Amino acid sequence: MAPIISIRDLTKTYDGGFTALDGVSLDIEEGEILALLGPNGAGKTTLISCICALVSPSGGSVAVGGHDTLTDFRAARSLIGLVPQEVSIEPFETVENTVKFSRGLFGLPPDPAHIEKVLRALSLWDKRSNRNMELSGGMKRRVLIAKALSHEPRVLFLDEPTAGVDVALRKDMWDLVRSLRAEGVTIILTTHYIEEAEEMADRIGVIDSGKLLLVEQKSVLMQKMGQKELTLHLAAPLADLPAALADYDLTRSEDGQALTYRYDTRAQRTGITRLLADLAAAGIAFRDLETRQSSLEDVFLTLVDEGARSTTQEGAA
Amino acid sequence: MNWRSISSIYRFEMARTFRTLTQSILSPVLSTVLYFVVFGSAIGGRIETVEGIPYGAFIVPGLVMLTVLQQAVSNASFGIYFPKFIGTIYELLSAPLSFVEIVIGYVGAAATKALMISLIILATSTLFVDLSIAHPFYMLGFLILTCISFALLGFIIGIWAGNFEQLQLIPLLVITPLVFLGGAFYSVDMLPPFWAAVSHFNPVLYLISGFRWAFFEASDVPVGASLAAIMVFLTLCLGIIWAIFRTGWRIKP
Ligand SMILES: Nc1ncnc2c1ncn2[C@@H]1O[C@H](COP(=O)(O)OP(=O)(O)OP(=O)(O)O)[C@@H](O)[C@H]1O
Ligand SMILES: [Mg+2]
Repeated sequence: MAPIISIRDLTKTYDGGFTALDGVSLDIEEGEILALLGPNGAGKTTLISCICALVSPSGGSVAVGGHDTLTDFRAARSLIGLVPQEVSIEPFETVENTVKFSRGLFGLPPDPAHIEKVLRALSLWDKRSNRNMELSGGMKRRVLIAKALSHEPRVLFLDEPTAGVDVALRKDMWDLVRSLRAEGVTIILTTHYIEEAEEMADRIGVIDSGKLLLVEQKSVLMQKMGQKELTLHLAAPLADLPAALADYDLTRSEDGQALTYRYDTRAQRTGITRLLADLAAAGIAFRDLETRQSSLEDVFLTLVDEGARSTTQEGAA
Repeated sequence: MNWRSISSIYRFEMARTFRTLTQSILSPVLSTVLYFVVFGSAIGGRIETVEGIPYGAFIVPGLVMLTVLQQAVSNASFGIYFPKFIGTIYELLSAPLSFVEIVIGYVGAAATKALMISLIILATSTLFVDLSIAHPFYMLGFLILTCISFALLGFIIGIWAGNFEQLQLIPLLVITPLVFLGGAFYSVDMLPPFWAAVSHFNPVLYLISGFRWAFFEASDVPVGASLAAIMVFLTLCLGIIWAIFRTGWRIKP
């Protein structure tokens, strides 16, 4: 199946000469939830803004549903709903009129039933006659979501939708995202909460300094993260690994004081019992042990770190 | 052309007008009444007629033009500056709209509001003076063209402005003086020859003159020149707006 969004070599250099996007290529499949992770200033919002025509790209191309966003902009944009990071909303208009306006702006006929459905799903129905300025920050953010959903987009961009949203509401929001996905809506979200990406996304992209460092199925990432390490601090330094232990995925620390064993927590057998028995048989005693699970955060930080290092090296070269 | 989108913008903007009905309609009407009192009664007592027209009636077209220019420019400039200022412009840019539709929606609403106010002022003026309109269709045509072209100018100003002061700058510094010097309250023939000649470089003179001609068949410049002037101005504004949207100037980084 053709991707719903196809990004090719997208670059953006702002007027000041700052390059916020540096050759991003990415295909987004229809119906998936893609989470974009990256530190502040990584270029997440710039990427979304280039796709949604808020920022003119300096190079590269974007197609949405096969329509180029520059040459065939009407067809491309009519598929997209955008919830921006900044809460910008007409203060004096009522919630209901603001949301209806968005639908009209996209050229769709009025559909009170759909508007009601959206407002109810976002717990805004009771507030529909309030003016936007009378809403709390979290409610305003939900109005933005309602605006984006009012025109029934095929692709929904959520730029940090849960920033400043309380725990209960965050849950509601994720339920909504799931139900949208069930309807076949493609969702691209950015977040700083790694658990959120872990919980929601089908695929996770990591972006830093305008470069897409990785895009991976979450399950593949989780595999990497399912890895656990058992470190044994030995009673006496070990010069060499005994042959009896060669079958295990063991690494000996440089000073020989510790052994690290890598295993998969979700495997049928982790092999820990057998390892410990074999160690005892080989006469290796240990003082202490610790286990450590690698998280998405580790993967993320490692990537960002490596990315930063390779950029400085390029710069130096 | 996406008429549904245009009408959404138009109705949203008109709703803003009606939300603030008192200040958006009452205040221009009130200030016009003041002009009548000051110019019509006080000065009109000394100047009986201009070009054979009672002074009170003579100033009506100029007064209407003054309000139309101010209103069209300020409505349109505010209309587009506000979304830029509060950030809601993101929605206009990401919607499946071309710039033509955005302009028609905003400029249409601003021009409509200016037209409404000018008609109310015209009606109000009949309370003070006897007014006859020689060419009602020309009158309306001039009025509508002026509303549209100055709403276009306002739109440009709204996009250009980086803060609220700049938003006020051009109406205050350029438009109001041009109206006052464009024969709103006098005929340029009453000026010394040098200043009468200089006045002919004032584009607003052509508007007021043409508009006045529609009432009294008396004008400072030929009516054809007035029509030509407004068409040139309209085309100029359209060209600038077209260039703005092509380049994304002051809208897109
Ligand atoms: N209009 C602009 N002009 C100049 N530079 C800009 C502009 N907008 C963003 N930038 C710069 O581009 C870089 C990327 O910004 P962007 O907003 O895309 O980051 P982000 O990944 O969304 O960050 P955050 O997590 O903080 O939202 C930043 O260094 C920012 O300063
Ligand atoms: Mg951002």
